[in-house]
Amino acid sequence: MNLVPVFSKQLFFALLLSLVITNYVMASDHPGQKENAANEKFAAGEFIIDHIKDSHEWHILTKNNGEAVAVYLPVILYSQNTGLHFFISNKIAHGQHFNSFKISEETGKIIEINENGEEIGIPLDFSITKTVAAMLLAALTILFLFIRMGRSYSHNKNIVPKGFNGFLEPMIVFIRDEIAIPNIGHHKYERFMPYLLTAFFFILINNIMGLIPFFPFGANVTGNIAVTLVLALITFIITQISGTKDHWKHIFATPGVPVWLLPIMIPVELMGLFSKPFALMIRLFANITAGHIIVLSLVSLIFIFKALWVSAVSIPMVLFIDILEILVAFLQAYVFTLLSALFIGLAAKEHHHA
Amino acid sequence: MTGTLAAVGAGLAAIGAGIGIGRIGGQAMDAIARQPEAVSLIQTNMIIAAALIEGVALFAVVVALIA
Repeated sequence: MNLVPVFSKQLFFALLLSLVITNYVMASDHPGQKENAANEKFAAGEFIIDHIKDSHEWHILTKNNGEAVAVYLPVILYSQNTGLHFFISNKIAHGQHFNSFKISEETGKIIEINENGEEIGIPLDFSITKTVAAMLLAALTILFLFIRMGRSYSHNKNIVPKGFNGFLEPMIVFIRDEIAIPNIGHHKYERFMPYLLTAFFFILINNIMGLIPFFPFGANVTGNIAVTLVLALITFIITQISGTKDHWKHIFATPGVPVWLLPIMIPVELMGLFSKPFALMIRLFANITAGHIIVLSLVSLIFIFKALWVSAVSIPMVLFIDILEILVAFLQAYVFTLLSALFIGLAAKEHHHA
Repeated sequence: MTGTLAAVGAGLAAIGAGIGIGRIGGQAMDAIARQPEAVSLIQTNMIIAAALIEGVALFAVVVALIA
C-alpha cells in the first residue's frame, strides 16, 4: 500500500504529542475510587469490558463525588404488550425502572417487568445506543467528505486535485486498480466499485474513530460483532447475487466428481461457501477488539499499581500500540475489501473450459 | 479452571500466529534479497498473508474470550 504521507514532520510530531497528552487526560479521568476506599482494588476487567461493550449512555467522565457526566441516549422500545416507547435513558440509568422497563442485572439488556418486579418479557430494542450513535456520526462524516469531494471534481474538471482530495484520490484509485480490477476483471468491476469503496471507507473511518479516546469518538463500532456480521452478510448477499451459472454448478455438481461422492461434496462445498464470510466477520471483530483491549489493559496498569511512575512506563507502550492500531485499522479495511472483491470475482467469473 | 485453560488456549494461538507470520516474514526477506526490484510486490503479498494468518489466530482468541 503506497500511501504517500501528505503531512510534514512538524505535523507528525504534533500528532504524536497530542496522542500522549490525551492518553494522560484519559488516564486521569476515573477518580471514582479515590474517595470511598483508597485500598480498594481496581476492577480492571470490569473497566475494560465496560469500554468494549455497547451501552445506552455515552459515559464521558466520573466526577470526584462519584457523579457521572454522560450523554444519555434515547431508548426506543417496542413491546408486545404496550407498543412503542420512546424515552431518554437517564430514566433507567442507575437501576431504576421506568414505565415497567428496566435494565436487567444479569444480562444488561432492557426487560419488561410487572408491578411485583418480575420479568414478563423482553421488548424489541431499537434504541440509539453508543455504537449506533457513533456509526451514524461516521456515516455523516463519510457523506460530508465524499459529497464535497464529488462536487469539487465536477466543478473543476481537469485540474490536479489539491488538499484533502489529493489525499483521498490515490486511495480510491488504489482500490480500483489493485483490488477491483485484478480480482473482478475489467469488464465487470464498475458495478461493484461503489460497494467496495463504501466498505473500505466505512470500516476505515470507524476503526480510526474507535481509537480516539475522547467524546464523541472512542466508541467500539467495528469491534461489535453485530456490525461486522452485517458487513459480512452484505458481502455474502452481493457475492451470491452476482454468481453465474458456473458458480452454482461448482457447488452442486462439481465437474469431475463421480455421482456417488456428491452427497459428501455438496455439504462440504456449502460449508466452504459460508465459512468465507464468517471468517471476514471474525477477523475484523477480533482484530479491532483485541487492539482496544490491549490499549485499555496498558492504561489500567496505572490504576492497578496506583503509582505515578507506572505511567512513565505505560504511556509509551500505549503510544506504540496506538500507532500499531492505526496500521491495523488501515490493514483490516484493506483486507476486508480485498477479500470481498476476491469472493465477488470468484463468483462472477466466466469459466472458459477448454 | 476454565479461565486458566482459556488463557493457555489463547497463548497457544499466539504461538501459532508467531510461527506462521515469522516464517512468512523470513521468506519475504529471502525473496527480497534475491530480487530487490520486486520489493513492493513482495511486501504487499506479505501483509496480506500476515493478515489472513492473524485472522485464524484471532478465531482462537475469540473462543478463549468466550470461555
